[in-house]
Parts: sequence; structure tokens; C-alpha cells
Amino acid sequence: MTPRSLLDNVPSGLSLLVWAAIWELIGRYGGVDLIPPMTAIAAKAVELVQTDSFLKALSVTAQAFGIGMALAIVIGIPLGVLMGVWRPAEKLLNVWVNIFISAPLTALVPALMPLLGIGQTTVVATVFLFAVWVLVIDTQAGIRHVGGSLVDMARLFGGTRSQIFFKVLLPGALPEILTGLRLAVVRGVKGVVIGQIIIALLGFGELFELYLQNFLMEEFWALVFVVFALAFVIVEAVGVVERRFDFYAGSR
Amino acid sequence: MNAMTKPLPVTKPDEAPPIVRVAGVTMRYANGVTALDGIDLDFERGKLTTLLGPSGCGKTTLLKIIAGLFRPTTGTVAVNGRAVTGPGPERALVFQDFALLPWATVLRNVAFGLELRGVAKSERESIAEKYIREVGLAGFEHQYPSQLSGGMRQRAGLARALTVNADVLMMDEPFSAVDEQMRRKLQEDLLSLLQVEKKTVIFVTHSIEEAVYLSDRIVLLSRRPSRVSAIRDPGIAHDLPPDQIRRDQRYLDTVDEIWDTLKQYLQ
Repeated sequence: MTPRSLLDNVPSGLSLLVWAAIWELIGRYGGVDLIPPMTAIAAKAVELVQTDSFLKALSVTAQAFGIGMALAIVIGIPLGVLMGVWRPAEKLLNVWVNIFISAPLTALVPALMPLLGIGQTTVVATVFLFAVWVLVIDTQAGIRHVGGSLVDMARLFGGTRSQIFFKVLLPGALPEILTGLRLAVVRGVKGVVIGQIIIALLGFGELFELYLQNFLMEEFWALVFVVFALAFVIVEAVGVVERRFDFYAGSR
Repeated sequence: MNAMTKPLPVTKPDEAPPIVRVAGVTMRYANGVTALDGIDLDFERGKLTTLLGPSGCGKTTLLKIIAGLFRPTTGTVAVNGRAVTGPGPERALVFQDFALLPWATVLRNVAFGLELRGVAKSERESIAEKYIREVGLAGFEHQYPSQLSGGMRQRAGLARALTVNADVLMMDEPFSAVDEQMRRKLQEDLLSLLQVEKKTVIFVTHSIEEAVYLSDRIVLLSRRPSRVSAIRDPGIAHDLPPDQIRRDQRYLDTVDEIWDTLKQYLQ
């Protein structure tokens, strides 16, 4: 075996293990209070996920995320479709979508608070604002990329407008819509945590605030890693669905 | 005009009226480009007529006008004596890029024209099965387009066009996206298929050999703005074996003659 092929066979999780080991060493012997040993954090994480305060935070977060994402889907996909099929809508709305997709939306959250109150509604709005734009853009692109000849074909065989929409455009755009959905979930997860942290009274934001105020670093890091893991799992799950529709792209 | 232009063949009084009549069709795009300039053409029932010309000469545009996908700037198209205002059930098209739904199986793709017309599933699938066999795709009903070669995809496109039982079959450079050997095979299979399915075919190609091999009549279009530059009837019997057609003196002569005409459009 050449060194080259040895490197090729490195398991992808290895770097995580190396990183955890280095963390462990720094935690044990580094004398940095901010960084407790990884094993202690892991033990704390197992403890943490069973506590009432965590479960309550999780359910509040899941609710805000769920409602925000649902709104983003219900509004974002039809808006993207509209912009994909109707030029005037694209011309009118494109500038807004492009402003919001590139804007640092975190800066808007404090402005939302006086409007929507310091509570769950603001978090829902944050999730929505983070998630909706990429869904609009990808849906629009998906509708646009459905091969022109497919629409011609459907017209030629006598397809009605609604048949062309439901049998050609929508299924044709599905791969892009699913990509948009995955990216929207990534952004929505960020949105829910950012919203909660800025408000600091709700869900994980409240817990983060509590742990940091009291310098409970083991709890703090345990929560960070649990939240990271949750976000990763959700995004991967959407990715699995997305890849199941891979064959769509095969002949385009 | 050019020296090669011969007078249009005079329609004999006993001949059937043309199934497709193109009269004074001009196509000018919004950007000022004139693609077609006063095209008058009759297409005879049951014949295969090829539109042949230099690339970009507007042959596909003319085909799409006949299909009812584009409206000409001036002029009219009539099919069976009725003016064309849009797509219609008496016309079917085979697309250059196949236009198959990537998410649907061969069976659903072939039956899709009937699906759009609201034919019940069992009925349309049994019709589709018949044409899938006829174009030589039996056994591939449940494959997806991405699993098929270019030649097989176009067979599916052809089968779909046949299912709707249109009088006029339009083919837009149907074999240009497949390799040379597959192309010959598809041409041969098309001719034998047309022996069974009596169709009026309007065929667009930029291949002289393909045009002469397949056609009852060849319409040469000039460079943009396109006019009818000449009309040739190769007069080759299409029930001959393929290699015999390709060695027929009329085949060879017509290829040379058309090349002489088209050469002038190339710099």
C-alpha cells in the first residue's frame, strides 16, 4: 500500500476524533477555565438532555422553528413559482428578494421586538425571515430551468395551463425546490437560535444566557454541542430526501 | 435570385389537395431579424417532405410555426384547409432534444400526450405499449430517460408522437443529437416504420444525406432571411433495402446537386 492510498482511506470522522482528543488534553492540562475536558462536557450533555429545562427549551424552540418554517414554505414556494412563471412579478419582487437574501438579518431582530413583542412571535418571525428568501430564489430558478422544450411539448400535445403547471413545471422544479428547502432549514436553524439569543428570555437562548451568566462552562458547551448536533441531523435528514430525487437531474 | 432555382413543380389537377399549406409566411423577431421571408409551400398528404438549409436559416422556426407554437408576423398556415392558430391534435412533433420528462418512465413519457388529452390510464398505456414495441423499445417501459442512450430516447419521443394518431408528424432535427451509426439505424427504422404508419412527415435536418435518403421531396431554404431556394424530388423508392438506396444513382446525384446549391451559403 502506498502512502497515497493510505490517506485515501482515512475515515471522514477521524478529524472529529483528533479534535476531541486535543480539546480533552487542553481541558485537562491547559488550565483554561473556559474549556472544560471533552469527557466532562459529554457527560454533562447526557445529563442535560434529560433535564426539564432542556426539554422545555427544546419544545419551545421546535415550535418556533416549525411555525416559522411552515410559514416560509407556504409563502416562499408559491412566491417563487409566481416569479418563475410571471415576468412582471419577477421584475417587481426580484430586488426585494435579493436585498433580503444578502442582508445581515440578525440586525433586524432587535427592530422586530418592539413590533412583535419580546417573545415567541419574534422568534417565529426571525426563522421566517432567515428561511424564506432562499426558498423563493431556488423555486423560481427551478421553474425557470424546466427545459423550454418540455413546456412546448406539453403545449403541443394539447396540455392546458394547469396541466402544464402541475405535470411539467412543478415536478420539473422539485429538485431545486428541495435544495432550497435544505438551505432554508440551515438558515431557519440559525434564525431560531439567533432569535432566542437576542431575546435571551426564551428556549435555548435563555439557557445559554443562564449558563454564561453563572459561568457554567460544562453546561454551556454541552448545550452548544447538542444544538450543533440537532441542527446537523435536521439538515442531513432533509439532504437525504433531496438526494432521493437525484435521478431527476440525470437527464437535464 | 440564384441560378440553381428551378420553377416549382406544377400541381397536377388530379392530385389531392395539400394537407398543409403555408402561404406568405414571414417571421420577423422583435430585435428586427427576419428569419423567414415570404414562404409559400404545400405539403402533400402521405409524403415525407424535408426542410433543408444552412444552420440558422429558420427551418426550425418554420416548423414551429406549422406546429402552432409560434405565430408568423404575416402569412397563414392551414392544415386540412383550416387555419392554424395554435397546436392541434392533427399535428405531433418529435423534438431535437427529445423533450422527455426526466422523472417519468418510458411508458409514462410515451403515454404523456394521451395523458394530457385525458385518456384513461389503462387505455393510454395499452396504446403506448403498442408503439413502444413498434419503435423497438419493448422491455424498456419502466426505465427512466437518463438510463437510455440518445437513440433510445428519440425512439421514445417518436413513439409518443405516434400515440396521438396525428395526420402530420413533424420532426425537428430528430437524429442530430445521436452518433452517426445510431443515426443511420434510426433513419432506416423510420423508413420502415413509415411503411406501416401512413403519415405526412415534415422533417427538418441540416444533413443532405439524411434528407435525400428519407425524403419524397426536399425543400431547400436559403440563408436568413429565408426563402424557398429550390425544391427537389429525389424519386427514390423507399421500400428498397437501405444499402441499395445509398448506392442508387439518383441518391448520389441528388446529394451532389443539393450540395452545389447549398455551398454558396457557406463562406
